[in-house]
Amino acid sequence: MRVNFTVNGRPQEADDVWEGESLLYVLRERLGLPGSKNACEQGECGSCTVRLDGVPVCSCLVAAGQVEGREVVTVEGLAEFAKEREAHGGCATGACGTSVDAAKKWEAKPQDSQTGEGIELSPIQQAFIDAGAVQCGFCTPGLLVAADEMLERNPSPTDADIREALSGNLCRCTGYEKILDAVRLAAARQERQGEAV
Amino acid sequence: MAQNTRTVPVGTPTDVTQNHVKGGIGESTLRPDGTLKVTGEFAYSSDMWHEDMLWGQILRSTVAHAEIVSIDTSEALTMDGVYAVLTHEDLPAAKNYGMEFQDTPVLAYGKVRHHGEPVALVAADHPETARRAAAKIKIEYRELPVITDEASALAPDAILVHENRDDHHSGHVPHPNIVHRQPIIRGNADEAAKRADVIVKGEYTFGMQDQAFLGPESGLAVPAEDGGVDLYVATQWLHSDLKQIAPCLGLPEEKVRMTMAGVGGAFGGREDISMQILASILALRTGKPVKMVYNRYESFFGHVHRHPAKLYYEHGATKDGKLTHMKCKIVLDGGAYASSTASVVGNASSLSVGPYVVEDVEIEAIGLYTNNPPCGAMRGFGAVQACFAYEAQMDKLAAKLGMDPVELRQLNAMEQGTIMPTGQVVDSPAPVAELLRRVKARPMPPERQWETAGEGADVRALPGGLSNTSHGEGVVRGVGYAVGIKNVGFSEGFDDYSTAKIRIEVINGEAVATVHTAMAEVGQGGVTIHAQIARTELGVQQVTIHPADTQVGSAGSTSAGRQTYMTGGAIKNSCEIVREKVLEIGRRKFGSYHPAWANAELLLEGGKVVTDGGEALATIADVLEDQAVEVEEEWRHRPTQAFDLVTGQGDGHVQYAFAAHRAVVEVDTELGLVKVIELACAQDVGKAVNPLSVVGQIQGGTTQGLGVAVMEEIIVDPKTAKVRNPSFTDYLIPTILDTPTIPVDYLELADPNAPYGVRGIGEAPTLSSTPAVLAAIRAATGLELNKTPVRPEALTGTL
Repeated sequence: MRVNFTVNGRPQEADDVWEGESLLYVLRERLGLPGSKNACEQGECGSCTVRLDGVPVCSCLVAAGQVEGREVVTVEGLAEFAKEREAHGGCATGACGTSVDAAKKWEAKPQDSQTGEGIELSPIQQAFIDAGAVQCGFCTPGLLVAADEMLERNPSPTDADIREALSGNLCRCTGYEKILDAVRLAAARQERQGEAV
Repeated sequence: MAQNTRTVPVGTPTDVTQNHVKGGIGESTLRPDGTLKVTGEFAYSSDMWHEDMLWGQILRSTVAHAEIVSIDTSEALTMDGVYAVLTHEDLPAAKNYGMEFQDTPVLAYGKVRHHGEPVALVAADHPETARRAAAKIKIEYRELPVITDEASALAPDAILVHENRDDHHSGHVPHPNIVHRQPIIRGNADEAAKRADVIVKGEYTFGMQDQAFLGPESGLAVPAEDGGVDLYVATQWLHSDLKQIAPCLGLPEEKVRMTMAGVGGAFGGREDISMQILASILALRTGKPVKMVYNRYESFFGHVHRHPAKLYYEHGATKDGKLTHMKCKIVLDGGAYASSTASVVGNASSLSVGPYVVEDVEIEAIGLYTNNPPCGAMRGFGAVQACFAYEAQMDKLAAKLGMDPVELRQLNAMEQGTIMPTGQVVDSPAPVAELLRRVKARPMPPERQWETAGEGADVRALPGGLSNTSHGEGVVRGVGYAVGIKNVGFSEGFDDYSTAKIRIEVINGEAVATVHTAMAEVGQGGVTIHAQIARTELGVQQVTIHPADTQVGSAGSTSAGRQTYMTGGAIKNSCEIVREKVLEIGRRKFGSYHPAWANAELLLEGGKVVTDGGEALATIADVLEDQAVEVEEEWRHRPTQAFDLVTGQGDGHVQYAFAAHRAVVEVDTELGLVKVIELACAQDVGKAVNPLSVVGQIQGGTTQGLGVAVMEEIIVDPKTAKVRNPSFTDYLIPTILDTPTIPVDYLELADPNAPYGVRGIGEAPTLSSTPAVLAAIRAATGLELNKTPVRPEALTGTL
């Protein structure tokens, strides 16, 4: 079947989709967006979290056909999405993302050590780096999407709020302490920025 | 060498001032791969993609122990989109592989020995087609009785899991179903026991833990024009993989070119081969690139686990608390294939006494062959199981003596100069008593944190959490302590080395270093540290980390807490050689202009050659000009010795690491639910090369120990040897709600034998975390609790 939907603000058309394919599979294997991760593919780990019409979902549990005509935001579009939200006063529908310029297939190639300098990041992405919340990084995309959505709803979360919001996202490396640090840091920076305005 | 044509060299003291580069060792520099990892651009092994690629799928055994009567692939072969269906008959060369023992079939032949063993292989143009084709392969099994524990393995009529063993341990083991046995005898435990005023005995059971790294086993094999294969995989040790893969493909090693793909966590579970050989065989057979990605269910069968263990301990002490003797027997279940069981046995045995002074010991550790899932490396490697048991013993002993459990431990704590049961002298700092003092001195987290001002209880702070099972009724607090000892690096005489290729050259007028190693970055932050070391040693700001591959010498495994020590040491060593070569060029070029070139101790700092007095002589850029200096060298730690097979004596370990924990728990004693409130850790790290990463490692290791304490266990049916919970629905790892705050206090007591004084840090916190939590639950409930994990049934008496 053919599925038409919007990913990170850009209309996408996926062809030859088998009815059993998940949104996660279509993103990763058909649209060249492997940022959403495949840690369990059974809705237990949150590593594939994306926003579907603004709502965080495990994309492995969403059948590709269910996203027909809908809006998806993935980690690849998070920076642009946050920028648009900033510009438009906190739109949370998923429709306010804009296109990622390089939504193209990767060819298999050796991992190089490029630092990615100059890439624009959303506040939550920057906070994860600064706080040391990234180790292997496999849980990171899902956590970022979930944490970004929580901060949109609740700009001044308590620790208990953060733990509750991120309880569907497993991390095996960090013991979560630095993930908490990162979310606190992003919230604090957001607040400072708000005061400055 | 480029000719220096200047009459007055640029870079004389008049225009060169000394400055230091940022981001050297000791600083919390940020990960070079951080941006790629937060934007979703970092390419993990499961993200690999190639034009025209196929998908590989393994068919695994549905029974644990059986003869294979027949395999019928005909129906699978007729399916549209299927390119290959292979069995052991199609294997191109060697049929077995293995890290220490070549006992593991690439595809089962004759017999299957555990549930989930690979039997057949499919390549198809869609992963679902491959799965469906695999399901159409018909295998007829003739089931055999299963061997599941010590009693069934050593019974007089026991079936041998492996017949005709011919390996480096088969000659000395008392039974062919024992992979390895390591006794340690020192002093006379029976004689010393007579001096004991109290004796405590205990029998402990440690459950099977899974590494549960989040990035599944995966990779891409691309057939090459020269008949070889290019392999992109996530592993802990490229060169060990290569040594095992090439013979199974019938290819020389140079035709198997391996490149590290992004690794989604490891924790020991990627030290053995998973899909590497199988994807390569499919690629060579079909002539097309083949991608393989396990799902979570398959991942539970796709790697070795932590050895479950039975531990029998006896400790004696005088009435003032001095340990008189220790006897123990540790039985580790290695499962169907050896993996690193023999080394785990060596560790369990040699570290079984813990960080305590006990002169008279009688120790025996064995590793079994059974039909349970194969077990091998996992963070803590044999020391974890022992620590759980000896720390429970310490608490029992303290209770019997009426002593404070921390004081008892401190009274018997080892220190620098202590002799281990193996006869090895602990010759660098061992601040065991101090680590305990630090966690004990910490202020207690406030009680009844669930109470909110004016409102009801915040159930999120209570055992049971949002399940809303308690508002504080029946909730009891308990506090427990534990400390552990772990070896660092590869032991028992293994030739453990790493290799670093360092290049320095001038790019756009700036001296730039490139670090090329085969080190597996599995998340620990080795790539961050490598750049820090190169900056410190070469005084350059800009360091490029070359991708890890097999075009450079082996780095050894990213395990045993060894990479900062070993590959860090190799980089430091190669940088020192590079530095000497740069200085030599400088001396030839500029030596006649300043006497310091000949007389002074020279360093590279801030992009310049400087004297130890701080005088700058020249920029590195001017010294090198268009010349590059490149060095590739191996580097070794000091040699170790094998343990004597009868007495266990030998200087077997490179270095020891120590950590202590204090756990504060609250238990809903009616429902048996546990909430860990705080899990404080104190650890000696030798030197914190990157403090942010150090704390991250300690917190992560602590949390894996917490998981074992209260939730993690692969459950194997003792009647069928089948795995009953291969999913994240049924195998639970700690979530952010289960994990408490983890305050970390680290000491930096340099090990004079190690580069920069570093001490391996990743493993020690995984040891003491589990027994500290168990001790706290015991303190809250008064129950004995001799098994991990502690489930609600064990606390409510409904077991």
